[in-house]
Amino acid sequence: MDTILTINNLTKKFGYLTAVKDLSFTINKGNVYGILGPNGSGKSTTLGIVLNVVNKTSGDFHWFDGNTTTHDALKKVGAIIERPNFYPYMSAYQNLKLVCKIKGVDYSKIDEKLEIVGLLERKDSKFQTYSLGMKQRLAIASALLNDPEILILDEPTNGLDPQGIHQIRSLIKQIASQGTTILLASHLLDEVEKVCSHVVVLRKGEKLYSGRVDEMISSHGYLELKAENTDNLIQFLEAKKMFGKIKVEDELITAFLDEPMDAKDVNKLMFENGIVLTHLVKRKESLEEQFLQLTDNN
Amino acid sequence: MLRLLNLELQKLLLNRTSKILIFISFILPFTVLILLSIKINFFGFFTLELGELGIFNFPIIWHITTFFASYFKFFFAIVVVSMIGNEYSNKTIKQNLIDGLSKKEFILSKFYTIVFFSLLATILIAVASFFIGLYYSSYTEVNIIFREVDFLLAYFVKLVGFFSLCLYFGMLMRRSAFALAFLFVLYILEWITFGLIAWKSDTDLAEKIQNFFPLKSMYKLIDQPFQRVMMTKFPDKADLAYDYAVHWYEIIIVLGWTALFIFLSYRLLKKRDL
Repeated sequence: MDTILTINNLTKKFGYLTAVKDLSFTINKGNVYGILGPNGSGKSTTLGIVLNVVNKTSGDFHWFDGNTTTHDALKKVGAIIERPNFYPYMSAYQNLKLVCKIKGVDYSKIDEKLEIVGLLERKDSKFQTYSLGMKQRLAIASALLNDPEILILDEPTNGLDPQGIHQIRSLIKQIASQGTTILLASHLLDEVEKVCSHVVVLRKGEKLYSGRVDEMISSHGYLELKAENTDNLIQFLEAKKMFGKIKVEDELITAFLDEPMDAKDVNKLMFENGIVLTHLVKRKESLEEQFLQLTDNN
Repeated sequence: MLRLLNLELQKLLLNRTSKILIFISFILPFTVLILLSIKINFFGFFTLELGELGIFNFPIIWHITTFFASYFKFFFAIVVVSMIGNEYSNKTIKQNLIDGLSKKEFILSKFYTIVFFSLLATILIAVASFFIGLYYSSYTEVNIIFREVDFLLAYFVKLVGFFSLCLYFGMLMRRSAFALAFLFVLYILEWITFGLIAWKSDTDLAEKIQNFFPLKSMYKLIDQPFQRVMMTKFPDKADLAYDYAVHWYEIIIVLGWTALFIFLSYRLLKKRDL
């Protein structure tokens, strides 16, 4: 698989504060990556370093096969960081024309990309007249101008209304479906869960996890159960070793599975042992629960 | 190089404020020059014709026009300072770098713009002085006309040097207003240093040292022409004589400052986390 970005032992210190600590990970072509972490966990700093706007303290990184300079590599990258930054007095078209000049891209791309983000009708309006959602979409159009190998988005839905968030997310999915590698930094867990296939979890500049989203915690999920006779059920669950931790909240019993097991098999087992369930749901931990579990353990 | 210049020109010419300021800094000295060169009749009381004073004679006209035109550089200085200030306040400097402009290219695009506009200003002044001179001058022999064109070179170097200083202050302060204030502070500092040296030793030494300071060295490139005009009126007064020529070492000093300011701007940007 082609490597797009390799980061080795990257460290960034701002005075006494260590923003990024000994971070290493690799980004391969074709996947949608998420960088997940609470505010101040070093996401933006990491992206700033690889995008050449923040100086690293130690460690190194290289783009593609390592033979390209960062300056040349950035021409094959599309990125937006934090806020959409454009010249307020220029129109959308003029702003994108400027980006074309920087990246060495033909002007014919401008209309094409504005069409994708749905801003073609407003292309001659000044940037300062745009709403935040439109600004953010213009930023995505700008990042797409050079048909990048990788699209880097830092909190693209920050500050948007639900409609705007939905527009941006479907745009990201649409772009990902065309095979563009995406690196998405976010503190919103469900965003990463909905969009990404791989995730790097950061906390206080340190990497806690990196890998596939669905393998983040090797868990077999858990069951939510209710029965007529709650005490019997609890006794039964405690006796069997395939059930791990058991939690009781009012009538609802939550049992964590230590072995893989279907809801159907659970129902059958219960019935054979004379327990009639009134409620049975099998769930997997959401990324949020996994994330909290992961950050709690450390 | 053209790509970088083109990039910066788009940023400047689409901005109304900088467009107006650029217009003023080029058209105003031009207009003033032309207005001065025509005969003005003050309601029949008296007529003012500066041409009669002999200031539009070759070769002194090169000295006069470049000296006065250089005062209009402050308008373009505001443009230079705000073109850095705006990049910081709009955070477009960050976006430019992310989009693939290197830090070196960023500084170079600003520097090329400075050189471009300085060159344009020099050419405009040269053409205007040439025609006004042809019209008024009593001497129109080729070797007299072009005897002191080195004032034009001095004018060009002076503009590039001064705008490079503005560029550096813009990068240093990140805010247009602070950068302009800092320029004023530097001016005062130069005079305080001059005063201190003059007080501790003597005025001659102080002036020699002051001629190396950034602002003073740029000013010194084109000395004031008033004394020279007086000299032509009263040739027998020997105490009026002074050295007004453009010297190679004066140009070298200013070029040195220019190189230093551009280098410092680049180093500042390179070390800074945006």
